[in-house]
Amino acid sequence: MSNTTITPQSAPNRRNTELMMLGFAVLVPVLAYANIGLAGDGRLPAGLVKYGLGLGLLAFGAHLVVRKFAPHADPLLLPLATFLNGIGLVLIYRIGLEPTRGQPKAIQTAPTQLMWSALGILLFLGIVVFLRDHRLLQRYTYTAMALSLVLLVLPIPFPAVNGAKIWISLGPLSFQPGEFTKIIITVFFAGYLMVKRDALALASRKVMGVYLPRGRDLGPIVVAWLLSLLILVFERDLGTSLLFFGVFVVMLYIATERTSWLLFGLALSATGAALVGSIEPHVKSRVHAWLDPLYYYDLPKPSLTDSDQLAQALFGYGSGGILGTGLNQGYPGEIGFAANSDFILTSVGEELGLTGMMAIFMVYALLIERGLRTALAARDPFGKLLAAGLSVAFALQVFVVAGGVTGLIPLTGMTMPFLAQGGSSVITNWALVAILIVISHTARRPAPPTVAGEVSAIQNSRGGRRRRAESPVFDQPLDPADADELAGPTPVHGSPLDITPGAGTPDPGLSGAGAGSPASESGRSGDVPSPPSAPPDALTVPGGVPGVPPRPAAPPGAPPSADPMGPRGHSQ
Amino acid sequence: MSELTLTVMRLGFLAVLWLFVIVAVQVIRSDLFGTRVTQRPMRRRNAAPATAGAPAAAVPPPVAQQAPPQQARGPRRAPRNTPAKLVITGGTLTGTTMNLTDQQITIGRAHDSTIVLDDDYASSRHARIYPAPDGQWIVEDLGSTNGTYLDRTRLTGPTPVSLGAPIRIGKTVIELRR
Repeated sequence: MSNTTITPQSAPNRRNTELMMLGFAVLVPVLAYANIGLAGDGRLPAGLVKYGLGLGLLAFGAHLVVRKFAPHADPLLLPLATFLNGIGLVLIYRIGLEPTRGQPKAIQTAPTQLMWSALGILLFLGIVVFLRDHRLLQRYTYTAMALSLVLLVLPIPFPAVNGAKIWISLGPLSFQPGEFTKIIITVFFAGYLMVKRDALALASRKVMGVYLPRGRDLGPIVVAWLLSLLILVFERDLGTSLLFFGVFVVMLYIATERTSWLLFGLALSATGAALVGSIEPHVKSRVHAWLDPLYYYDLPKPSLTDSDQLAQALFGYGSGGILGTGLNQGYPGEIGFAANSDFILTSVGEELGLTGMMAIFMVYALLIERGLRTALAARDPFGKLLAAGLSVAFALQVFVVAGGVTGLIPLTGMTMPFLAQGGSSVITNWALVAILIVISHTARRPAPPTVAGEVSAIQNSRGGRRRRAESPVFDQPLDPADADELAGPTPVHGSPLDITPGAGTPDPGLSGAGAGSPASESGRSGDVPSPPSAPPDALTVPGGVPGVPPRPAAPPGAPPSADPMGPRGHSQ
Repeated sequence: MSELTLTVMRLGFLAVLWLFVIVAVQVIRSDLFGTRVTQRPMRRRNAAPATAGAPAAAVPPPVAQQAPPQQARGPRRAPRNTPAKLVITGGTLTGTTMNLTDQQITIGRAHDSTIVLDDDYASSRHARIYPAPDGQWIVEDLGSTNGTYLDRTRLTGPTPVSLGAPIRIGKTVIELRR
């Protein structure tokens, strides 16, 4: 007999907290900026007020729009992104103060980057204002696939820049379409997996304790793998191919809860990397530079592609030590080419030391955590997959870049999100944060008060159920009433129409596993932590209420996707 | 700039960086939502209602007892015969209570149900209990496999629940009480 009381608790509205954090997030870069000036010529830099106000106004504008259009959104996403962007601007300014090695004179690129950031924030605002419901994106699943393929192929006819064909240049402007593809292809994956997850999760044979998927379900993953290999070969873009494949595999895992996908993915990517690494000369030299950075340092005249950047970066970390040399007191210019883009973390490591580097990583980690938390809280499976996919893409990119410049993995030319110089990158990442904000607003919105049974119940029961059945509801375009959970009071008495396929009816059509009885439901959960063995909840509630409830807003109508991330009752 | 000033500035900036991180973590700490589960101290039944709210400040004190005429919160309905809480009297969740608000309560094995059942005979979206405008509480089966029973009769449509009538879902028994 347990003695417990359950009180549903809705997510608080945290806009004032967001404003406070935002103020802090603008203050830190301003302090850094002042610090750079003081450490340089002993005076505050001339543009201090201008830059500070510029960043502050952008952030404040973004805050007002979020307050108006997404009042329930997560309070940390915007401040953390602003913080990273601000720090990035300051670092770019600092690197632009002195000529980098091989440059005749210093080129200040911070104003350009500020402009790109402003454009990024404008795009952010546009998305928050016009994308009222992220489920709209679901309509464009296959359009997104086509678009991302086009964007990926686009740079091939253009000449390679610094060894990688990832640029489109139109006159003076050049873009990196791969950055935009990151979001678009995640939309495709989320839409695709939402429909296919059951086939992928259920139709598998157990071989030596591991669930192996059927051959035809393997199709898409193999296609994704080949595609990423093709990118690698034709565009010599190790980072992007790693990113896409990684995101796909992780989303597959989130959608199906099958660890075998992860094993499969790891095996495939290892094979692919080994294969391409031993054939493709560009990748080969990267791998060599990773294994033996000092070899290139000792070369009399390193070319651009096999450069001593990594060796210089390692020297930078060494001279930075634990506490760093102090802003504007190191030599980040020694990196030479790409000191303010791919290698921007090196200047953090040198001038702010391990301590500062860890702080920056913490901020990235918090941003990713908020994204995953949004995925946990999201009520619809598409939103869940999309939020998780975007966070994973962001996380993988941070890992690939940070791992590359610290010598953990071979260097791949990608940009550090928000920090690094680069228009495409900063714009894309603001768009990514905007989509997360839209999802988190929907997820954290308090459930409408129920009067005599209305739509939200049906909505809820729909969300979780239909996805399994691949039933019509999710395939239909959302009608506006459907998109808005508050839609007018549909008479419910005596109209169970929407719910009938409802709860316990297992879907016999669902291939292999189904025996067509309630047992198949539990059989389906297979290795899903089955209720009695759900220890996390039991631990939080010593009285032994094994499944005491997330209220409707909390972890979601899609148990499978919630589980890999931990079946917690509380969303933080 | 003297060496000392520079050092102070350098360390100060690192401190500010970490302060930002720590404040952000604090924001996350205060951002809990979901469902609050409160343990009551083990007492006998008659003592329980009076102390129910005590352990957690946020749990509103049990309704009505001392000040019935005050139209306390929102649209309080006629106090007579209106259930104020839901009590689980059978099954694995026995002893769990829940204060009734104007929110509907969903019951089932799905993780996002208000009451998550751990019961092989329950469907993932089994039933829901919601208030009608006149203050009555209605129970409705959501097309479950094994059905929802009010007393001994299987539900076929939304049905009003009277005080103390047992709603059975699998092995779980739920009652509405004052």
